[in-house]
Amino acid sequence: MATSSPTKPVAATGFQYGPLIAGWLIPGLGHFLQRKWIRGTLLLASIGGMFALGIAMQGKLYTSAHDILDMLGLAGDLGSGLFYLVSRQLSLGADTVQITTADYGTRFIVVAGLLNIIAAVDAHNLYTGRKR
Amino acid sequence: MFSPSHFTAVLLFALFASVVFAVTQRSTPSAMLRYGAASFGLFTGSALVLSWLMFLLAR
Repeated sequence: MATSSPTKPVAATGFQYGPLIAGWLIPGLGHFLQRKWIRGTLLLASIGGMFALGIAMQGKLYTSAHDILDMLGLAGDLGSGLFYLVSRQLSLGADTVQITTADYGTRFIVVAGLLNIIAAVDAHNLYTGRKR
Repeated sequence: MFSPSHFTAVLLFALFASVVFAVTQRSTPSAMLRYGAASFGLFTGSALVLSWLMFLLAR
């Protein structure tokens, strides 16, 4: 009698960090590279939307690390990859937070970066076969 | 400039974060849908409960 065993994911060999880096640079790109079109689109729309709304709310882009809170904010912002770098080059966002909406926007930008890190790690896990 | 109300900002935040959580923490579409809906409900529900608590404590 034939028994069916669960298929074990095939672990990727060689350089395994392509999807991780691609997903960090552009949200969803790590999933697109693995032909996970719907997942990638949802991630791009959610993270990109959150980042764009943060900028539209005049949120602050952290550019320096003078104290611990600035350092944490900068780390979160850097998670957005190219979105952060391009926005900083274009001088988008506000320099200082003066209204409540801008404070929401600053949080949106930081959380978009943190969510993008989760998404990039997910792309890496899909590539290595740890997740399907 | 986009200036939503506090509650609209909560809803937008919950929506985007829930979608990312659902896609990254579950593998099948049905599980993603359930997880995303639960996550969205918990985000908005906890914001409402905490807001009422702070309102009552401040009185």
